[in-house]
Amino acid sequence: MTWTGKVLRVNLTNGTCIEEPLNKDWAAEYIGQRGLATRYLVEETDPQCDALSPENKLIFATGPLTGTAASTAGRYSVITKSPLTGAIACSNSGGFIGAELKNAGWDMIICEGKSPSPVILNIVNEKAELQPADDLWGTSVWETDRMIHERVGDPQTRIAAVGRSAEAGCLYSAIVNDLHRAAGRSGVGTVMASKNLKALAVRGTRGISNLKDPARFMASATEQKKVLAENAVTGQGLPALGTQVLMNVINEIGALPTNNMQETQFAGAHNISGEAMLEPRKSDGKANLTTNGACFGCTIACGRISTVDPTHFTIQDKPQYQGNSGGLEYEAAWAMGADTGVDDLDAVTYVNFVCNEDGMDPISFGATVAAAMELFQIGAITTEQTGGMELKFGSAEALAWCAEQVAIGEGFGKDLGLGSKRLTEKYGHPELSMTVKGQEFPAYDPRGIQGMGLAYATSNRGACHLRGYTVASEVLGIPEKTDPAVTEGKAGLVKAFQDATAAVDSMGLCVFTTFAWTLDNMAPQMDAACEGDWSVDRLLEAGERIWNLERDYNMKAGLTGADDNLPERLLKEASKAAPTEGQVCNLDQMLPEYYQLRGWTADGQVTDEVRQKFSLPG
Amino acid sequence: MQRSLNIDPEKCTGCLQCEMACSFENEGAFNPSKSRIKVFTFHEEGRFVPYTCTQCDEAWCMQACPVDAIKMNFTTGAMEVNEQTCVGCKVCTIACPFGTVNYNVDSGKVVKCDLCGGDPACATACPTQAITYVDASATGLDKMRAWAGKTDNAQATT
Repeated sequence: MTWTGKVLRVNLTNGTCIEEPLNKDWAAEYIGQRGLATRYLVEETDPQCDALSPENKLIFATGPLTGTAASTAGRYSVITKSPLTGAIACSNSGGFIGAELKNAGWDMIICEGKSPSPVILNIVNEKAELQPADDLWGTSVWETDRMIHERVGDPQTRIAAVGRSAEAGCLYSAIVNDLHRAAGRSGVGTVMASKNLKALAVRGTRGISNLKDPARFMASATEQKKVLAENAVTGQGLPALGTQVLMNVINEIGALPTNNMQETQFAGAHNISGEAMLEPRKSDGKANLTTNGACFGCTIACGRISTVDPTHFTIQDKPQYQGNSGGLEYEAAWAMGADTGVDDLDAVTYVNFVCNEDGMDPISFGATVAAAMELFQIGAITTEQTGGMELKFGSAEALAWCAEQVAIGEGFGKDLGLGSKRLTEKYGHPELSMTVKGQEFPAYDPRGIQGMGLAYATSNRGACHLRGYTVASEVLGIPEKTDPAVTEGKAGLVKAFQDATAAVDSMGLCVFTTFAWTLDNMAPQMDAACEGDWSVDRLLEAGERIWNLERDYNMKAGLTGADDNLPERLLKEASKAAPTEGQVCNLDQMLPEYYQLRGWTADGQVTDEVRQKFSLPG
Repeated sequence: MQRSLNIDPEKCTGCLQCEMACSFENEGAFNPSKSRIKVFTFHEEGRFVPYTCTQCDEAWCMQACPVDAIKMNFTTGAMEVNEQTCVGCKVCTIACPFGTVNYNVDSGKVVKCDLCGGDPACATACPTQAITYVDASATGLDKMRAWAGKTDNAQATT
């Protein structure tokens, strides 16, 4: 083990909660969490189903190491079909609810159908039941969290919920757990709301005691924690500055997308950087950052706990934003800051709070606002549509207003909730959508970091930095330095990162460990804890299998190789920033080689040979 | 030298490695709900505070116990519950002003921190030195040093 061996099947249509044994054969091939849940989704759903119909399923899955003392082992993933992309959605979150679910004795929850009225799923160890939630519908994540805690009476209950944005149909709504951690991307929260499932409440006290070799596991986990502590990124950079350690770094190399990716450097980058979060402000002498906070079991602790300046215009007469809450991560600060041209740290922090409060993916939200601002810039959107608001790049007022509108799905907020692709189509300028497969880009401009262009284009969930983070190699030199301006060798690099990451995401560990760890550091922990022999090779093979299964799902859902593409802007409009001046992303120099390395056809289809090699289903 | 657990909440990140180490050491499972040390999150204030038994010399729990199941370990200074003697009456949980003695429904006995016999697993597992195991007569040394530094600064600026 340490799979609990139990799956909770929740039929929302019938209101039933049934225990099933975990498919151990699949666990041996797909590990857990991301991989194993994908295997279940593939088995049980039609990839062509409407993502927001009862036919789609929503799977919450832990990894075999989730809940153990391995550093960062508190992760869970949500797997479903994405309403934003039509491709597979696979969103990973930390916080505490993943480990709590494991402690309650469950590897996985499969939610199917649709409840006739709002419900929550309340799990206390082996007891699971759906309970009415009419009173919670129409409330924010934070309000829902408070009300459920009041109802169940146990302050140690962990909660994951969707906010009002999801109820209103925003296509990039997140599932927020523990108030400010989120399964953020691809609209997994929108799917949850479409099933009338408002929240999960989980309390687990059974513990995890079924390790294969507990003493060897503890020795290995302790040794690997030391590796994280002694590494400059995981031991110093991330605890001190969070992922925001990257804002100035990426800006300096001319790869910080700015104003809807019109530019690749942002003059105001420092003002919204991790360093700026440490600077005392004039009003009360406090810094934006109060402290760093960890997810379950994490010895890195990159999480930011922040406040907004009490005198800032965004939070006047709004008590819920005046205390500490989850602060800015790099991607969020970039999307809602640099990409919208806003360099007001407090405004961006406030908007981050709103994203947590009502469950929006801050990357997609910020990038969609950026697209709207460019539409406004060229006159395709005017104050007529915005009810008078001037949607100008750099306007903190406009940014805050947009967040408030999307949070409750009102007025122009409905348009913004469509995401960048549908918004720009609606207003006649699809070329202004900075997306792949309909999902908005994160914070690394592929004109300045070539490998990321390929990683975005081929990511199974649309533009995403977490499927294959070649930034580690191309910018930070981890595990070895490659030239970010060069395309040669990037196909192999991207594939290696993608396969390894799929394995990491399936074990229950956090991908941020990979600044210090490779699979060499993880395999011994996995092997000591879990049934079977877990070598690096086996993990890599499983990672590649998972990648191909996701790809196969997407192809069956109707995507093709033509969807492995980037917006024209990144392929044709050269970077103007000095360090990357004149560069575009040369995707065409990498993609054919990538297909070849994958063993796919020249147009990106998974071949029968690959299918057989990895025993992919049907 | 007698040592005691020294807790510095400012260094705590709320990762719960201490709770896992404690439950693993004492219950053989990763199970925060069975941990004898607990980390409390004060969300609005942005604070994480580990809390456990501080091993009072004239321990309320020890004095309240009707069967003398709680005794001092003279080597470690810990007040230890003898499971053979404990009858699970829970009077000690009432007597303890700090809430750090608790009843375990599975065993029918009370449990509390016993400093793991002199090598507390929580302190070993803590990645940020928020929990350390130090000379019992010098637990205030770090705080004194910090304040001493501030006092000096104040002098320098006036």
